[in-house]
Amino acid sequence: MSESKNPVNNSSSGLERAGGNGDLVQSDRFPDPGVPEHKPRLTDVDPKAAKRAERTVAILFGISCLGTIASLVAYFAVRPDGTVEGTRLSTQLLGIGLGVSLLGIAVAAIHWAKALMSNHEYIDERHPTATSPENREVAVAALQQGANDSGIARRGVLKGAVVSALALFPLTIAVPLVSSVGGDWNVSSFRHTLWTKGRRLAYDPSGRLIKAADLTIGSVAHVIPDVPEEERQTEEWITEKAKAVVLLVRLDPADLKSDHREGASYQGIVAYSKICTHVGCPVALYEQQTHHLLCPCHQSTFDISDGAKVVFGPAKRPLPQLPITVDDEGYLVAEDDFDEPIGPSYWERLK
Amino acid sequence: MSTTTASKRPAAPTTRAGKAADYLDQRTSIGVAVKEFARKIFPDHWSFMLGEIALFSFVVLLITGVFIALFFQPSMALVTYHGNGPEQLQGQLMSVAFASTVDLSFEVRGGLLMRQIHHWSALVFMASIVVHMMRVFFTGAFRKPRELNWLVGCLLMILGLLAGFSGYSLPDDVLSGNGLRIADGVVKSIPVIGSYLSYFIFGGEFPGEHIIARLFTVHILLIPALLLALIGLHLFLMVLHKHTQYPGGGRTDKNVVGYPMFPVYIAKMGGNFFLVFAVLALMGGTMSINNIWNYGPYDPSPVSAGAQPDWYMLFLEGSLRLMPGFAEFVTWGDYTVSLNVLIPAVVVPGILFTFLFVYPFVEAKVTGDHREHHVLDRPRNVPVRTALGVAFLTEFIILAVAGSNDLLALFFDMSLNSITWVLRVLFFVGPVFAFWVTKRICLGLQRKDREMVLHGHESGRIVRFANGEYIEVHTPLSDEERWLRVNYEAHRPLEIAPATDGRGVKRRGYKSDRRWQRLSRFFFEDRVEPVTPAELAAAHSHGEHDELAAAPAAAPAVTAGGSRRAR
Repeated sequence: MSESKNPVNNSSSGLERAGGNGDLVQSDRFPDPGVPEHKPRLTDVDPKAAKRAERTVAILFGISCLGTIASLVAYFAVRPDGTVEGTRLSTQLLGIGLGVSLLGIAVAAIHWAKALMSNHEYIDERHPTATSPENREVAVAALQQGANDSGIARRGVLKGAVVSALALFPLTIAVPLVSSVGGDWNVSSFRHTLWTKGRRLAYDPSGRLIKAADLTIGSVAHVIPDVPEEERQTEEWITEKAKAVVLLVRLDPADLKSDHREGASYQGIVAYSKICTHVGCPVALYEQQTHHLLCPCHQSTFDISDGAKVVFGPAKRPLPQLPITVDDEGYLVAEDDFDEPIGPSYWERLK
Repeated sequence: MSTTTASKRPAAPTTRAGKAADYLDQRTSIGVAVKEFARKIFPDHWSFMLGEIALFSFVVLLITGVFIALFFQPSMALVTYHGNGPEQLQGQLMSVAFASTVDLSFEVRGGLLMRQIHHWSALVFMASIVVHMMRVFFTGAFRKPRELNWLVGCLLMILGLLAGFSGYSLPDDVLSGNGLRIADGVVKSIPVIGSYLSYFIFGGEFPGEHIIARLFTVHILLIPALLLALIGLHLFLMVLHKHTQYPGGGRTDKNVVGYPMFPVYIAKMGGNFFLVFAVLALMGGTMSINNIWNYGPYDPSPVSAGAQPDWYMLFLEGSLRLMPGFAEFVTWGDYTVSLNVLIPAVVVPGILFTFLFVYPFVEAKVTGDHREHHVLDRPRNVPVRTALGVAFLTEFIILAVAGSNDLLALFFDMSLNSITWVLRVLFFVGPVFAFWVTKRICLGLQRKDREMVLHGHESGRIVRFANGEYIEVHTPLSDEERWLRVNYEAHRPLEIAPATDGRGVKRRGYKSDRRWQRLSRFFFEDRVEPVTPAELAAAHSHGEHDELAAAPAAAPAVTAGGSRRAR
């Protein structure tokens, strides 16, 4: 390392010897002017300015201390009172205290470095990254010697044996892991939902049953299968609900162009799976005028007056339709489960 | 000095610090490290701090992450909430993970602050990584010997994405739950193994009972361990190679010009750490983020419109939104291939990341340059690289915008469908246009540099000669100004050996060479050579009304056509 004045600068004119033939020709490169001369800062030449900078740095560190104190004061003085606003206020004060405490240190250190520490540029030499040829030779020789000592080249059986052992032993961990990590690995569960013949339709999340007569034309209902209240408090329920949710709409029978599944609607009431056939978001936005159902995640748009056909967006398939009817008491019930897996496509979907 | 002692023995330390150092050194030989690193020289430039910001926000992530991990419970067991949280949550059924996140926010003092700092840090972490990568890319800092460190950096970026996504999903709220469901849909689209991969991740059907605990382990153990190891490697290689430096007087590939580690960079870097931490603390304190109590616990039925992932995931979201559905098809044998998901969520990011991973090696091949480079390029001096980088960014931004198409439609009162169609077209046209514009701008800037070197600054001083001629007096550039504009190398397209040798025998490998040559032409066909001293002399002689004998005719500076030699 050397302090720079005007280093590597082999030629001060544009002329230099061309390689080999000795003719003096015009160089095709400009000479490097070298590191620019050091320009002193105000703090380098004016002791008063230096003193001022020193004071500023000290004050900044002082501000940091004040920030810490402010944060502690805020901790004791402003306790959250259980409301969102109270928690917010406490968070803000603690955060500002922490911020000021850190900011003081930050600005002080940077100002110290920029105003007071020497700003003379230095030069370090670089060396090629590659190991020098001599060292390489030694390294290669060491490896050869080691390989010879081990006898790996002569004893072919050992080579095979060590590779086999190393390749096989991870199985002792992988097999038990893989056997359990995917649960029962029964991917055919994608095919079935809680819907069965005669299962009543209920409002989500209250669980209240739905009478066909209660639905006016144009009304929309978010629907779950009717199961006992206790069952809806379990973790399994969330997984089942993730497949079973249905969006119910009562259309004017005159508007209903087609069902996705023959005869699945009941007097203009259609029930479609709420899980998008694209990547599985709940398709929750219904436009009453156009009968379009829009997925807010990726904007796949389905026309539920026309078999839930895709009219826009990245989904390809219509939403699966739940066949519904009414039971003796006038409640809406399912006639069957969905006849295809709900949600996003997957490789063996049609198998 | 005595000639009889074989080795110098240092005087016994007398000060306290000296004694401590002596104690340590006798047990660790730390003196070697101090000798090597205390006054190690680092070049100075504001853009070298971008990587530091990433590093420091990672440190802040670790600090705040430990804090919140002490209170978070990664369980999907259901509880009925009765706590200090907001009114609307009282009595609601929710997972323990969600409830503990609410308690962390409302019961733990400073908990909300730490959560918010953690979230903001993650956003800043990814942002600084991306901007740091831009700096490295556009200045050519990935060139030999740093190609491997570029790969390490790319891996760090991908790990950062995974860290962000896994952490974001932990509170088990409606928003992140739907994000997980999208991830599940994407995984299922993978041919043959998709369903099984989904089971592998969720331990059964979505969402199951395991995913939060699994993501927790991934988020606080696996990914941070990998990140730490790779950050260590990244910094080790940086120190080993010594930092790159911007071009300028006295800066060469054989030296490094700058300030010493101790004390200048200890102070500047330390200060920068506190600055990053301070800004993140102020953000966490004053800007609320991810108020999960407003979204509510995960429920498979509701979803909110206008939902957005964190910004670094927007490009994937946008990619999914842009793809039309027709691409899904059923193969012979009734297997479903969801190309409408596979292409945007796997193939498109795959192509983008592959570009990042292979670019340094492609550029090395088309330049045929095997030297070490430690002086950075000015982006304009490698027009095609710069243009490719801008095209890449343009694609990234178009996809991110597509990920917000619903918000655009809402705020600007435009048709969602038209926005989507415009973006579908832009997806293909935008990067090409950006490439073309950027390349032209770079070539233009290079020509401007030549102009400046040859004719100097415009001084604004107009002089009238006796014969009535007006000229503007130009002031010549200083040595440093000129050096900055002429000190670069304009690569030429590769020249390859002919297809047949002297006896008409076909050469093996010619076809491959030919392909590389074609790519090399794409890179370097259009180029602007730096001004040579001869050209400058010629320009001066011309400027002084032919008083001097004409200098040897300068070669055409701007060449087109790879076969012509420029000099």
